[in-house]
Amino acid sequence: MSALIELLGDYTLRTVALGSALLGITSGVLGSFAVLRRQGLLGDVLSHAALPGVCLAFLLTGTRTPAVLLAGAAVSCWLGAAALFRVVEETRVSEDSVMGIVLSVFFGFGIVLLTFISKRGDAAQAGLNTYLFGQAATLVWENVVTMAALGLLAIAAVVLWYKEFKLLAFDPEFATSLGYNTRRLGLLLTSVTVVAIVIGLQTVGVVLMAAMLVGPAVAARQWTSRLSRMLVVAALVGALSGLSGALISMSQPRLPTGPMIILSLTALVVVSLLLAPERGLLWERRHRRGRRRDRGPEASGDGA
Amino acid sequence: MRTFEASPTASTAASATPASPLVALEHVCFRYGGEQVLHEVNLEVQIGDFLGIIGPNGAGKTTLLRIMLGLARSECGHVRLFGQDVRAFRDWHQIGYVPQKAVAFEARFPASVFEVVLSGRTGVAGLARRFSAADREAALGALETVGMAEYRDRLIGRLSSGQQQRVFIARALASQPALLVLDEPTVGVDVEAQEQFYGLLRRLNRERGTTLVLVSHDVGVIAAEVTRLACLNRTLVFHGSPEEAIRTGAIARMYRDDSLLVTHRH
Repeated sequence: MSALIELLGDYTLRTVALGSALLGITSGVLGSFAVLRRQGLLGDVLSHAALPGVCLAFLLTGTRTPAVLLAGAAVSCWLGAAALFRVVEETRVSEDSVMGIVLSVFFGFGIVLLTFISKRGDAAQAGLNTYLFGQAATLVWENVVTMAALGLLAIAAVVLWYKEFKLLAFDPEFATSLGYNTRRLGLLLTSVTVVAIVIGLQTVGVVLMAAMLVGPAVAARQWTSRLSRMLVVAALVGALSGLSGALISMSQPRLPTGPMIILSLTALVVVSLLLAPERGLLWERRHRRGRRRDRGPEASGDGA
Repeated sequence: MRTFEASPTASTAASATPASPLVALEHVCFRYGGEQVLHEVNLEVQIGDFLGIIGPNGAGKTTLLRIMLGLARSECGHVRLFGQDVRAFRDWHQIGYVPQKAVAFEARFPASVFEVVLSGRTGVAGLARRFSAADREAALGALETVGMAEYRDRLIGRLSSGQQQRVFIARALASQPALLVLDEPTVGVDVEAQEQFYGLLRRLNRERGTTLVLVSHDVGVIAAEVTRLACLNRTLVFHGSPEEAIRTGAIARMYRDDSLLVTHRH
């Protein structure tokens, strides 16, 4: 315990823990919409699509300043999303296939660039590959401030367009019939999701970022059946995973932060899947006998 | 293109002269994947009409509905809504839409019945605004109209098909539209609930004066309920009163080489 308190006084730890928590909050909120829109894989595609942006930003500017690299990441994420939507719209190829293609093409191109950069062998390139799995220890206070600002922007967008995003997730066709341009609305929501992804790239990296979007949402859905509460719970689950992952990794030598955050998150998801009232597996098993009839009004026809 | 925001301006409905039809389709056509789905459709929906659109599968019924709702664009002719060209039309809250239940929504979505109905007010409330007390009142009123007020806190996925369908009508009614458009609303709804459902439509039409457009392949029920009937088979083969359709044999002709009529009657 005293070791923990000692840790909390540590500058690096405070920075990393706060950054990880911020990342968890934003990705929890935006991930909830992605999951409810059955776009759980979209986060995976977008985060992988960030890699060529990071590399190109470095090649063009020669700097490793996170703000510059993350701006590059955002642009390439967004291009990945645009490519995805365009191909789905214009061709008869199914959405999941297009997702697979966009992910591989962008990530593959990113790896090519990364290899090219590392073969150049100049000192400036060192550390670029931390964007693959993230390296929270490289976070400095400035980065955390940037993350907080971006996070605030993303959350503000969700608050501002909450009822529109909710309608879009629930029934896009009906939203169109109300006069909304659902294509633009969807693009807006995706753009905000890109912001959430960019926040996490330094900490958990492009490969594991998708889990930060999907995990908190899946856990939160277990505990509540109201969207507004689900967003709050997802933010809490995200923050808790970020915080505990950071604490665990820093309390032991040689434990990577990003993967530890994901493992903490996984633990929370498993607990939620097992224990949540009404929806948890254990709860269901206990109440299955004798309760089966009231659980499925769908099966009983029109009760009115 | 429509603007990003659904911006209802109350003036449009008023600007339509009393005589102008709510929907006017002139020479409408539509192609899908190189195939002519609709051809030379001319159709008007007058205030107070209860119009049934029937036709065999693939007749273009849903496409026609989507054109009326601005969800699809006619490739020729003119589409006028409330006396205004569809491209300039902004008063979408005047048109309530009840989509086919099966494709409408994700049953596990975390939303209560009341939330779903309230979402029908999204365009009225305005962009980046929270729902007002008036929005909530209208939503509750719509729930009462369809007799589902006691289920307001129930999860939408936990209702029967018939109940869900009534909630979706309430959602469409929440914006207090002059025109209600329903696409195959009774698919998957049991017979008893269907009767209640048509009773509700009758009341809306006769007591509240809501104009209704209903697409269905359930010819028998439709012909008994509606005041106007349109028989569609890629083009309009009949448009008039249901009695006339039966007397002239228009329905029978449309389905003559089509066994669908038999298979679709339950």
